[in-house]
Amino acid sequence: MLELVIISILNGVQFGMLLFLMASGLTLIFSMMGVLNFAHASFYMLGAFFGFQIARWLGFWPALLIAPALVGIIGALVERYGLRNVHRQGHVPELLFTFGLAYVIEEVVQMIWGKAPVDFRVPALLDFPAFTIFTTNYPAYKLLMLLTSAGIFLVLFIVLTRTRIGLVIQAALSHPHMVAHLGHNVPLVFMSVFGVGSALAAIAGVIAGPALVTQSNMAGLLGPILFVVVVVGGLGSLAGAFAASLLIGLVQTFAVSVNTSLADVFAFAHVTPSPGSILGDLWTVTLAQIAPILPYLLLVMVLILKPTGLWGTRET
Amino acid sequence: MMTPALELCNIHKGFGATEVIRGVNLSVKTCERHAVIGPNGAGKSTLFNLISGLMRPDNGSISLKGGDITAMPPWLINRRGLSRSFQVTNIFHRMSVWENVRAGVLWSAGEHYAFWRDADKAREVGTRTDRILADFDLLDRSDAPAGILTYAEQRALEIAITVAGGADVILLDEPTAGMSRAETDRAVALIRRISEGRTLMIVEHDMSVIFGLADRISVLVYGEIVASGTPAEIRNNPKVREAYLGEEAH
Amino acid sequence: MIEALTVRAGLAVRPAVPVVIAHYGTWIAVAVMFVVPPLVFRSGTALTMMSLMGISIVFALSYNMLLGQTGMLSFGHAVYFGLGAYFAVHCMNAAITSGLPVPLPIIPLVGGLGGLAFAILFGWVSTKRSGTAFAMISLGLAELVGSSALILRSFFGGEEGVTTDRTRLLRLFDISFGPQIEVYYLIAAWCLVCMVLMYKFTRTPLGRMCNAVRDNSERAQFVGYNPQFVRFLAFCVSGFFAGVAGGLAAIHFEIANSAYFSATQSGNVLLATFIGGSGYFFGPVIGAAVVSYLQVMLSDVTEIWQLYFGLLFITMVMFAPQGIAGLLMMHRPLWRRRALLKVAAAYALALPPALVMLAGIALVIEMTYRLSVKAAEGPHMTFFSVPFAADQPPAWLTAGLLIVGGFILFRLTWPIIAAAWVNAESRKELAQ
Repeated sequence: MLELVIISILNGVQFGMLLFLMASGLTLIFSMMGVLNFAHASFYMLGAFFGFQIARWLGFWPALLIAPALVGIIGALVERYGLRNVHRQGHVPELLFTFGLAYVIEEVVQMIWGKAPVDFRVPALLDFPAFTIFTTNYPAYKLLMLLTSAGIFLVLFIVLTRTRIGLVIQAALSHPHMVAHLGHNVPLVFMSVFGVGSALAAIAGVIAGPALVTQSNMAGLLGPILFVVVVVGGLGSLAGAFAASLLIGLVQTFAVSVNTSLADVFAFAHVTPSPGSILGDLWTVTLAQIAPILPYLLLVMVLILKPTGLWGTRET
Repeated sequence: MMTPALELCNIHKGFGATEVIRGVNLSVKTCERHAVIGPNGAGKSTLFNLISGLMRPDNGSISLKGGDITAMPPWLINRRGLSRSFQVTNIFHRMSVWENVRAGVLWSAGEHYAFWRDADKAREVGTRTDRILADFDLLDRSDAPAGILTYAEQRALEIAITVAGGADVILLDEPTAGMSRAETDRAVALIRRISEGRTLMIVEHDMSVIFGLADRISVLVYGEIVASGTPAEIRNNPKVREAYLGEEAH
Repeated sequence: MIEALTVRAGLAVRPAVPVVIAHYGTWIAVAVMFVVPPLVFRSGTALTMMSLMGISIVFALSYNMLLGQTGMLSFGHAVYFGLGAYFAVHCMNAAITSGLPVPLPIIPLVGGLGGLAFAILFGWVSTKRSGTAFAMISLGLAELVGSSALILRSFFGGEEGVTTDRTRLLRLFDISFGPQIEVYYLIAAWCLVCMVLMYKFTRTPLGRMCNAVRDNSERAQFVGYNPQFVRFLAFCVSGFFAGVAGGLAAIHFEIANSAYFSATQSGNVLLATFIGGSGYFFGPVIGAAVVSYLQVMLSDVTEIWQLYFGLLFITMVMFAPQGIAGLLMMHRPLWRRRALLKVAAAYALALPPALVMLAGIALVIEMTYRLSVKAAEGPHMTFFSVPFAADQPPAWLTAGLLIVGGFILFRLTWPIIAAAWVNAESRKELAQ
């Protein structure tokens, strides 16, 4: 039991960190530019597929460096030649543009790599158990994932709080117009933030690819959860995104391992609703089966109780 | 004594660590034309936002015609007979001029959220809209999209929407901002006409407008009312002269 | 002045006779467009496509009540479409098993009520936020409902869905609704009724205030309206008509399954509405017709038609956000001045280079497709009946030439079009 709890905590934190790796880029982009990048999860997917392809040619470690850089460049170009033109039309067209982008990226990935999962393997160097907790082996690769995420946060934190460019970004987070008036090259900052944000998503893709399934529906599976994270955490709040990522990561990981249903809990009461009815379905479904929709239930709850999100600061 | 149209008691409002409105007490009598003046940053627009329901005061109470409106959302306050205009033109830019004014008429004409009848066929709504447009000299621009009007026309439309609902307490936030002398004079005559038999509260910087229009003036400096009285009293008040009007030679 | 007042008020209340004729005439023309085509195009494919168009039109119009009319962008509108379909199917099955006298034409109404019920439930939660947050919430709710479909198997039927038989309900006038043409006319009738109702909605006080909330929800508060409630009501009415579309789909396909809730379904209605033009009432009608047509026709030509779709969408977002309807209406002043021909000539000049450029792009896409996923089938392919090998340089060089050459020539025609416009607009407007 304790073993299950510890493993679940480790996995939950890891998943949460992965989510935050993406949610942080998304929040930065949203806070600065006011546009929620629907294609963010698509950049994550591109990272995974580029990583897979480059790993086949050059090996995993070069892929870890090259793939995010490539995606970052693509992101910057998208901002420069696509988003910037649509920006003056307002927020809805911006969101529509990123939606169309996500649609096209998924189609292109399907076109080139197909609809089936690709065999993105853990690098041989790391294909061993790092340590053993009770009876379960904790793979070294997962340790790498954890360390990479933590390392990136540290770098982000230092950049944002201790460097000059970080101060400019923090200022632009809350007062983008003022920052422009102060003479900073805001278009360049925007392009860089969009590029870096996309690269962050791509890093998440490269390291998650071997652990999770690398498939053309990756973006469609993770995207909605990502958006739930930012809405629950509060649009525009990095702290909220962090907390919500961990919360959802832990909740989902724990739920997946719980194979009890209401029927099991209330077995002593000998209550059995008829099997072919809705109540019957709800009675017998296990927590593990509804784990995928828990984030959305959390979303509804937060909307009812605190509509601006747990750490919400900005109304759109 | 008659119930004042608008009464503010000990209003406080702060943003973060800064307190913008620091204990404002104000009373506006029915059918009075009351002007609020003060230096930039004194909190005049914030005061309007508090009265009209866009913001909630941290402390204190606001009452409209005797009824408490302190914590009410803007639409409930509007339905009780208070309407405001905006310093930065705030119109429905994709709708035509005629539809803009009609939007202001709909609720008070009893249409509410009706989705079972044609709004164009409501005779009273149409007549009222036409009358207001004629009053504001915008009748020949009825079909133009509001977004393409000239600045002065948009300011006129702004006020037209404000009074369209027949509110008896009207708040105007710098209505003549950016207007030429001739346009301002026309605007003042218009404001005087539309505020007949209604209570008017107006924020302005143009002194000639204030002194020509107002029955009473309140002076807001750094979130506090430093003086309140008739135009003559205000003109001679030393505190006001020092804080706002400066050392004027008469 | 008084005269001007009464004339204007008169116009507001009783429109001039020619306007009335134009108004009813348009609806009669629309009705004719529904009634006549199946008598001309009698093939099964044509009838199916026209039925799909009818369903899509209702769905897209319901979506535009949110997007174009009230300014609400939803990524999960298929929820109400799907729920409407399920309610319709269950009602049909219940009527069949219990023998209740429920005729088929009423079933779409059941779908509508199902959509409405859930729009009220979910709308109360969704409309607490607006703008981007609302869009994300709609996405989350769509995932919630779509995933629930696999959990609540008794209602949603699991992966296989729930099937029904439309011919076994009570028959009026001995119409069984077995043949496709009978189903088409049922769909067409409902489509026409829904179009009229939704159009009339745009002219009601609530409909007008939806526009006001779209343009400036802050100001709408200060004329006495609660913007959140306006959006909630719009959401409910929209959910009703989406449910009707779902009911029609359930009748047509005789099945309701979780594909009705899919992201593809939500995405397609968004694409159709936007491409058609969200700023005009008839925009989604055009969009739904065009998208339905392309979906059926393009999928025969190329396997990756969805990619072209997405590219078309992005191009329109960037360069023609007003949609097809907007582009057409842009020419209305020219139509009034009888100056369309001037511009048409310039368009005719620009068309060939544009087509060449597009052909080049399509060639690159098809070749990439050939060499990647379809690599197993070898590099030989045909493009517009011209055979070649996709892995040889000549093919790629040709494609490059087409794109670059086409673009350069196309670019050269832009000043010509601009000049034609200036020329056309300078013509005096003819008296009405």
